[in-house]
Amino acid sequence: MATVHEVTARAGRGSEAVLLVIAVSITVGARAFVDANAGPGIGQSLGVYAGAVAALAIAAHVLVRLRAPAADPVLLPAAFALTGLGLALIRRVDFAYAARGRETDFGTTQTMWAVIGIVAAMVVIGLIRDHRLLRRYTYTAGVLGLLGLMLPLMPGIGREVNGARIWISVAGRSLQPGEFAKILFVIFFAGYLVSNRDTLALAGPKVLGIRLPRPRDLGPLLIVWAAALLVQVAQRDLGASLLFFGLFVAMLYVATQRVSWVLVGVGLFAAGAVFAGTAFSHVGSRYDAWLNALDPAVYDSGRSYQLVQGLFGMASGGLFGTGLGEGSPGLVPYAESDFIVATLGEELGLTGLMAVLALYVVVVQRALRAAIGVRDGFGKLIAAGLGFSMALQIFVVVGGVTRVIPLTGLTTPFLAYGGSSMIANWIMVALLMRISDLARATALESPRATVEEVIA
Amino acid sequence: MNEPIRRLSVVVLMLFLTLMASASWVQFVQADQLGQDQRNVRTLYRQFGSFRGPIVVDGDAIVRSVPVDDPFNYQRVYANGPLYAHVTGYYSIGPGRSALEQAKNELLNGTADALFWTRLGELFAGTEQEGATVELTLSAAVQQVAYDALGDHTGAVVALDPRTGAILAMVSKPTYDPAALAVHSTSEANRIYQSLLADETEPLINRAIGGDTYAPGSSFKLIVAAAALKAGYSPDTLLEAPQELDLPLTTATIKNYGGARCGPTDQITLLDALRVSCNTAFAQLAMDLGWPAIAETAAEFGWGSSLSIPLGVTPSRLPQDPNEPQIAQSGIGQFDVRTTPLQMAMVAGAIGNGGVLMEPYLVSTVRDPDLRVVERTNPSKMSEPLPRDEAAALTVMMQAVVSNGSGTAAAIDGVSVAGKTGTAETGFNTAPHTWFIGFAPAENPTVAVAVIVENGGDLGNEATGGRVAAPIARQVIEAAIAAQRGRG
Repeated sequence: MATVHEVTARAGRGSEAVLLVIAVSITVGARAFVDANAGPGIGQSLGVYAGAVAALAIAAHVLVRLRAPAADPVLLPAAFALTGLGLALIRRVDFAYAARGRETDFGTTQTMWAVIGIVAAMVVIGLIRDHRLLRRYTYTAGVLGLLGLMLPLMPGIGREVNGARIWISVAGRSLQPGEFAKILFVIFFAGYLVSNRDTLALAGPKVLGIRLPRPRDLGPLLIVWAAALLVQVAQRDLGASLLFFGLFVAMLYVATQRVSWVLVGVGLFAAGAVFAGTAFSHVGSRYDAWLNALDPAVYDSGRSYQLVQGLFGMASGGLFGTGLGEGSPGLVPYAESDFIVATLGEELGLTGLMAVLALYVVVVQRALRAAIGVRDGFGKLIAAGLGFSMALQIFVVVGGVTRVIPLTGLTTPFLAYGGSSMIANWIMVALLMRISDLARATALESPRATVEEVIA
Repeated sequence: MNEPIRRLSVVVLMLFLTLMASASWVQFVQADQLGQDQRNVRTLYRQFGSFRGPIVVDGDAIVRSVPVDDPFNYQRVYANGPLYAHVTGYYSIGPGRSALEQAKNELLNGTADALFWTRLGELFAGTEQEGATVELTLSAAVQQVAYDALGDHTGAVVALDPRTGAILAMVSKPTYDPAALAVHSTSEANRIYQSLLADETEPLINRAIGGDTYAPGSSFKLIVAAAALKAGYSPDTLLEAPQELDLPLTTATIKNYGGARCGPTDQITLLDALRVSCNTAFAQLAMDLGWPAIAETAAEFGWGSSLSIPLGVTPSRLPQDPNEPQIAQSGIGQFDVRTTPLQMAMVAGAIGNGGVLMEPYLVSTVRDPDLRVVERTNPSKMSEPLPRDEAAALTVMMQAVVSNGSGTAAAIDGVSVAGKTGTAETGFNTAPHTWFIGFAPAENPTVAVAVIVENGGDLGNEATGGRVAAPIARQVIEAAIAAQRGRG
């Protein structure tokens, strides 16, 4: 029975439990600081909250033990801690707005979304016993993804907020179908690429030393990709189109191992970015606000106001931050969503921001490790795609706030206010856990068969 | 497919390293620069967001910070803003700080070195940083009387205790309300500040210690008289006092007030010359004494020194190398002689204090939040411009001014007041500035005062120091003596 012991230890459920205790402590502790420093003080509601959080964590842990016993033990606690910290920060922003005379209740709404997100993740882990089942729905996912992406353009249910038409209104709630479309497209790309990667990579004419695929091999992929990109450009959703483009290039590279295509992709992207900057005024003004953010003329015109206020907030946080509830995050527009990172940087300082970035690195690296570990190409592509899309999304949004790249509207996974994003990210975590479960289960069963899988 | 995934993870790491670098750039490298940006209101919040110590007069906080429910946490409250405006100054998110709010800023906001141990204690106790309490030498009663007595005139009043140099009252008119500048709206504060700046009556200027400074007029005759006494003159020494004094080198002449004679003959004693404020006698006396003797005496009384009380005081000025007619003009406080009301109060105080000039000061004690004294101003001697006997002689002469001369309006029943009037010409068509400086009780003074009313107050060209400024001085002296008796 010694071997059985060894197997359970390596499955890491014990580590997960310990890490979850830490994640729950972060969640409850952050809220306690917010309540004490900016809110009504620590009261009974904190105890109720702590109980609910602990119960949710235990439920999730038990379900993982039952349904995905070999899943990566770090993913769930990391996502849990990020979500909990995000809830505290959003509650903090509610208080900050209230101090400036604006009544909001983002915190309660987001708490509800977080619960729904975690439950949705558990449903995914419970229902989808093997991620390979999803391969059957390759084209369905592609079509659904496109339809979802186009929903906001439909009159009646589509809504435009701050110049981007990416929301739909359902039963009084607004949803961002693009967040879910991202997952559907990863499934579609993975399913399509795993079936066609040999022909994509090896057949076709050679132009200028680069082997191009035959149109009939690349066709469906290109159609979905171009359609999605067009829709996003029409919706003025710059961040999503950047994310989508990067995701496509990365998955194509993983499937075909062709660096030359990455170069072509990056070249195309650069050309597109320059073209968009000159052709579309709203893109051009974003560039201007990025490059000349502190220029009084640009600032006074309001174009870089939000960005600069965010920078001021982060600068005032310095190395160690003002402390939760001690800063002035309410000065930054959208401090609860697009600029939650500025709120984080202001109140928890560079230290806190670094810790959160490190946590993201862990999640993404665990996703990529699952991609390496799992045997089937479809699973590899899904895990790599989901992991990379999360990394790229974080890069686009944090890079936008810290002035690495122009500011675009994307949500910060787990942290930012927004139900669609919260649910979608938890579903991504569920899928990654499902894949890692398979990857680690096979590794645990036959520890010696972990050498490179032969390309099928 | 594992090799490209590994490469992808390297790309991902690079993306995150870029983010970490950019976050460090914003929050560490550029943090100070961004913090100092004018548009960053957080800097204001931090600066204005902590408890600032009160400024106290006679045990009452005339300026204090009260907690409010806005991002600044505290609102600066000026209990009697216009009355103390030029002493306290303002503390505003718009134009910044002035007067004591500026001079004692680091003690008030708690960042001063003297408060290091207090801060350390707060750090360990986890309590908020608190500023120190600044206690002033002002007397609320004397300040109020000076403020009311000056009325709607443009001018200033300074009263001090000649024995210590402690300033009892400092009023400058017109005034403003620092409370208006303490609003928590940068644009509103700036708008009010700009309108105060644009105001032609210059309400922001503390005329008692700064501004354009004034010609002392006849009150400067005290300096000339002091120089004469030191040069061996006595109050009985006869001076030449023609009805009109021809000045050498020019065709100009010096006349007395109203063109009158100073006495029945063309000769007059030094005492009478001061008593009736005889221009021709003092112009001639100044030329006889020579400029160096007068300049030296003036410097001993404080001319030319920069004082910090701790508000900056504009140094009083003297002409450089005047020729004979210029010396004559300067001897009666005209030409390029300039002074401040505080300087003139110091002159009166030094004469009354047996010839010893005490350094004037406004802040008596500074206490930390636990009420421990962190700073106390001890009276210090600034100079001895006049030997005791000469000071006593000059005091007798000044008593004659009030009892039987140009300053009778300053006389108080039961108290011997010593004083000197001044009427300073300001131009051909403008009314003169009127002065009165003095001290009481003459034999052992506890208060010295200087009053200036610009452009003659309501009397216009008819104004003299005796008619306009002396009654104000009398009220202030009465109030000071009453306040000192009350205090025991």
